[in-house]
Amino acid sequence: MKKSRLSEAFGGGKAFVAFITCGDPDMDTTFEAVRAMQAAGADIVELGIPFSDPTAEGPVITEASMRALRAGATTERVFELVRRLRGEGGVTIPLAFMTYANVVYSYGVERFAATCAETGVDGLILPDVPFEEKGEFAPACRARGVDFISLVAPTSAGRIATIAREAEGFVYIVSSLGVTGMRDRLDDSISEMVRQVKAAADIPCAVGFGISTPEQAARVVGAGGHARPGEDYPDGVIVGSAIVNLIAKHGKNAPAAVGEFVRAMKAAITQK
Amino acid sequence: MQNVKGRFGVHGGQYIPETLMAAVIELEDAYERLRTDPSFLAELDSLLRNYAGRPSLLYYAEKLTQLLGGAKIYLKREDLNHTGSHKINNVLGQALLAKKMGKKRLIAETGAGQHGVATATAAALLDLECVIFMGEEDTRRQALNVYRMKLLGAEVVPVTTGTRTLKDAVSAALREWTSRVADTHYCLGSVMGPHPFPTIVRDFQSVISQEIRVQIIEAEGRLPDAVVACVGGGSNAIGSFYDFIGEPSVRLVGCEAAGHGIDSPDTAATLTTGRLGIFHGMKSYFCQDERGQIAPVHSISAGLDYPGVGPEHAWLHDTGRAEYVAVTDEEAVEAFELLSRTEGIIPAIESAHAVAYAIFEAPKMGRGGIMVVTLSGRGDKDCAQIARYRGEEAGE
Repeated sequence: MKKSRLSEAFGGGKAFVAFITCGDPDMDTTFEAVRAMQAAGADIVELGIPFSDPTAEGPVITEASMRALRAGATTERVFELVRRLRGEGGVTIPLAFMTYANVVYSYGVERFAATCAETGVDGLILPDVPFEEKGEFAPACRARGVDFISLVAPTSAGRIATIAREAEGFVYIVSSLGVTGMRDRLDDSISEMVRQVKAAADIPCAVGFGISTPEQAARVVGAGGHARPGEDYPDGVIVGSAIVNLIAKHGKNAPAAVGEFVRAMKAAITQK
Repeated sequence: MQNVKGRFGVHGGQYIPETLMAAVIELEDAYERLRTDPSFLAELDSLLRNYAGRPSLLYYAEKLTQLLGGAKIYLKREDLNHTGSHKINNVLGQALLAKKMGKKRLIAETGAGQHGVATATAAALLDLECVIFMGEEDTRRQALNVYRMKLLGAEVVPVTTGTRTLKDAVSAALREWTSRVADTHYCLGSVMGPHPFPTIVRDFQSVISQEIRVQIIEAEGRLPDAVVACVGGGSNAIGSFYDFIGEPSVRLVGCEAAGHGIDSPDTAATLTTGRLGIFHGMKSYFCQDERGQIAPVHSISAGLDYPGVGPEHAWLHDTGRAEYVAVTDEEAVEAFELLSRTEGIIPAIESAHAVAYAIFEAPKMGRGGIMVVTLSGRGDKDCAQIARYRGEEAGE
């Protein structure tokens, strides 16, 4: 696999990928929260561009998207935020966008990819664009050095190798059926999904959907004595709803709490 | 009329989460196998005849024709089907398909409640569990239908996200399907969503145009000059058009909901005011803002209150094979009242949008013309709301 800033972010042990909805409650809070994430050890930040009807999202991120849109978040303002993060914000870790096909399509796919490259966005995740439809988005991204991230899910049996062989950056493993949001139980098939991805391609795997506590995260990556022989573990975890919840709770004062949370999660997944 | 992988020109496709891909592929395979299977088709045909009451009448609306003084108006009476609308045609097909696929549970979205009632009905008949997602706003507008669905044994989940209407009900049903795909079939109610739904629903609804062809030839000895139907997602319209797409002499006219008017923000006239986009699994036209955020649409009709349109309609629009016109709330209500008074037929407020166009167009066509208007459903469900619109109180 071709190395990229995103894939290399998994090089230093288990990676923590932190998600945040841009503009919730305002862009300044997102700016400070992303800086706090980097300071606390986040390896990648996933920036959510809010969409009016996020069909892959559970209630927590859906509500955050609505708050952000009401507060005036737009694609242009999210790009401005990235410029600030890369400039005065001193954020150097890889950034990936998570949004929906229509947001990118409406902006213009070529123009969107070019602006990602220009502002310093390393990857794009579109949960409503499966392998079959990625030809409309991935080539424009590739041409600009932006990784188009592929997802695999517990229902992907028979598709994983095909998806993994064309994957860029990392493979986003959807932990369980359903939408994003915190869960008590995760699917038993994570290990099997990781095994199939790794058999097909040399690419990092990060697991998302449902992970909200340090204990859960450690178990998912097999850290802190959780590793069992014969199991395959992912290279990192993606956490969204738990962070978005902190922002909903603390509002403009959330960055400190977000930093603390990220530090605890990163410590949990990197413990021996 | 269809390109590879469920594309209609540039429209259609499968823009859905990876989690759902296995389910739509399974559905596509099952449908490919069963669509020509004689025993499946015989079973469906028997249900349509003996349970739904097909064929539905093609009724010559003589008094309305005389009043308007133009083309002869025929009404395709889908309102006379069991459950009171065309929705049953698709639902019986999909429920039977789900059963053959070994599914135990149907989920569906509903706007006005007609598709929800039809789905709950088929689920009761075929011993399937049933959960219906309905925008909270619509559960208020269509309270009686909520009761009907519950009576039929379905669970009704009021959807409280977004605009709390049809679009949000579709999103909620998609979310539910993502979390439970193995034993659940999403019985989508219109010619929309990811492939293969637009094709499956169109095929099950095309019985409407097949019957119109036979019935009008029997009555008039020739094909109609125009076929008119209302368009939300577009299932009764595609069903009414489909058999005539290859007949250039037959004008095909879809009537969208203009709401308060196409120059106002309170409109649901997608093909008139929308822009190409990607949403709910498909590429098509959508009412949206300049940044691709889906617009909060408005129509007096809960069934047409949707910001998108099926991909085959988008394609018929692009090619010019069908025309799409916008009808306001006020025009639809006037048509609702006029048809009730002149013919003693109370149409669904959705169907009244098509009747409004007939009122406008029939006089221009001259007495030699023949127009078929599809009455997609009956209007009992709408009486309380139209009374309120006119400032009267009607107890439900």
